[in-house]
Amino acid sequence: MKVKTIISLILTLFAGVTILQSQQMLKVKGSDTMVNLVQALAESYMEKYPEKVISVSGGGSGTGIASIINRQCDIANSSREIKTKEVFQAKQNGLDPLQIPIAIDALAIVVNPNNPVKKLTVEEVGAIYAGKIKNWKEVGGPNKPITLYGRQPNSGTYDFMKDVVIKGDYSKEMREMNGTSQIVEALKTDISGIGYVGVGYLRDAGNEISPVEIARKKGEKYYDPLNVQDVLNGNYPITRALYQIVDKKQINKNKEVKNFLKFELSEDGQKIVEEMGFYRLAGKYLEMKNKLGLGF
Amino acid sequence: MKKINFNKIEDKILEFLFFLSGFFVILALSGIFLLVLKTALQALKNIPISEFLFKFYWNPTSYTKPTYGMLSMIMGTFIITFFALLFAIPIGIASAIFISEIASHKFKEFIKPIIELLAAIPSVVLGFFGIVVLGPYLAKIFNLNTGLNALNGSILVSIIALPTIISISEDALNRVPKSYEEASYALGATKFQTLLKIKIPSAMSGIISGCLLGMGRIIGETMTVLMAAGCAASIPKSIFDPVRPMTATIAIELGEVAFNTDHYYALFVVGLVLFIITFIINLIADMILYKYQHSRR
Repeated sequence: MKVKTIISLILTLFAGVTILQSQQMLKVKGSDTMVNLVQALAESYMEKYPEKVISVSGGGSGTGIASIINRQCDIANSSREIKTKEVFQAKQNGLDPLQIPIAIDALAIVVNPNNPVKKLTVEEVGAIYAGKIKNWKEVGGPNKPITLYGRQPNSGTYDFMKDVVIKGDYSKEMREMNGTSQIVEALKTDISGIGYVGVGYLRDAGNEISPVEIARKKGEKYYDPLNVQDVLNGNYPITRALYQIVDKKQINKNKEVKNFLKFELSEDGQKIVEEMGFYRLAGKYLEMKNKLGLGF
Repeated sequence: MKKINFNKIEDKILEFLFFLSGFFVILALSGIFLLVLKTALQALKNIPISEFLFKFYWNPTSYTKPTYGMLSMIMGTFIITFFALLFAIPIGIASAIFISEIASHKFKEFIKPIIELLAAIPSVVLGFFGIVVLGPYLAKIFNLNTGLNALNGSILVSIIALPTIISISEDALNRVPKSYEEASYALGATKFQTLLKIKIPSAMSGIISGCLLGMGRIIGETMTVLMAAGCAASIPKSIFDPVRPMTATIAIELGEVAFNTDHYYALFVVGLVLFIITFIINLIADMILYKYQHSRR
């Protein structure tokens, strides 16, 4: 009798352990711009393979990269390239970081729909965010002071704007918003506001905010971030890749990581990317991915 | 043979257990303080303390040269605190007087849990309310571009401080001995006179310490101000300017900062300053409360 109980107990324990093992969760963390996109990819993946569990959370690209360095997640979402400093830290922790572009994002400069300014150059956007242009009348709008909305320093989009568009420091007057949707929320009511959001967010925001057309320089043609062709062939000036950063060693060791990446880069995955309002890999970013030699 | 006194042993064991829990709290507090202090001191190796205390701008991720000035965020914290107290103290004390002196017993039982419920609103919900409802509303009233400013943050955190101020003040009013009141009535004073001249002055130290504890809550509040107060590192010139208090700076930046860099250590300096400020305020509140409890005996 006693032996029987013990045996059944051991069996239940084993069953429990195997359940736990098969339920191993893949943790994805990082960029707020990408959180909805990767969530959608994960949901579709889990629908296809119901035994898999993937959790996706935001917090900003910097947060995601910091947590993969500290081995608190399996994949980091990042809307900017990994910094040399971060690569160095990862290597110190025994990781071999690999950044894989999974989608293209056009960074849209957005304003309230009632703002008559519909066109800006990259230089003007930079000067506005640096605080050098303070009034809408300087860029052909009404005589109204500009309210700046931006992201917080843990955001990859914040870094991208600073390094690529402003090429200097943000104005001290910029209101730092906690996530893209808060920028959208603020611009809905602020006629004199300006903000920047990943193009995916324009899909949900509808007519409540509107993107401005952007030209490289004064006198050149203005392009719309919502035009697929112009973004993919690089006409729209503020485009960037959305990356996922993984530990290279994990790709071969951890089948889950590899399979999910494979799914994201497959035709099905790239279709979801488009459905979510971003753009599929093409041009130089597709080349960049192919050069990584992932085999998928 | 001597009989063992089990009661005494039980007493000793219990005494020891209580001592242990009290000791644990002290250990936790001093542990946290030492950690913050130790890490903060690392920052002072590379960044002069004068930079923290006398420079205005905080921009550790600058494109050109990182700066670690704390003045603008200290000003942010003080502006939020000042205006939040301006709203919370009159409303808080008035509510306490209403509950303890004017409301019927039945109504008192009804309203007290509701006030305590105020403390249960998650600060992130208040922050969201600030962005979506209060912000646009303030913008409309004051004809501003946006309502995300120090005023918005102050109003919201005053809501957070209210339950503390109300319950401690109400408690203080209730503790005023009945004999004081009776003596006042016996001398022919009206209810209002008794309240104003006898009860409130007698309860004053309790009310003040309630306000100070509320102030501690306001200074430490993070999420609400981070979301609703605009969060810009500029120097606020009016209540309609955006501010980024110390708590918000730590919350935003500590999540992404690379470990063991100057920026990381500098955030602990901000934490240390915040710790010292709240510690002093709580200490003063405790001292006042202690004095008042002991003068009654």
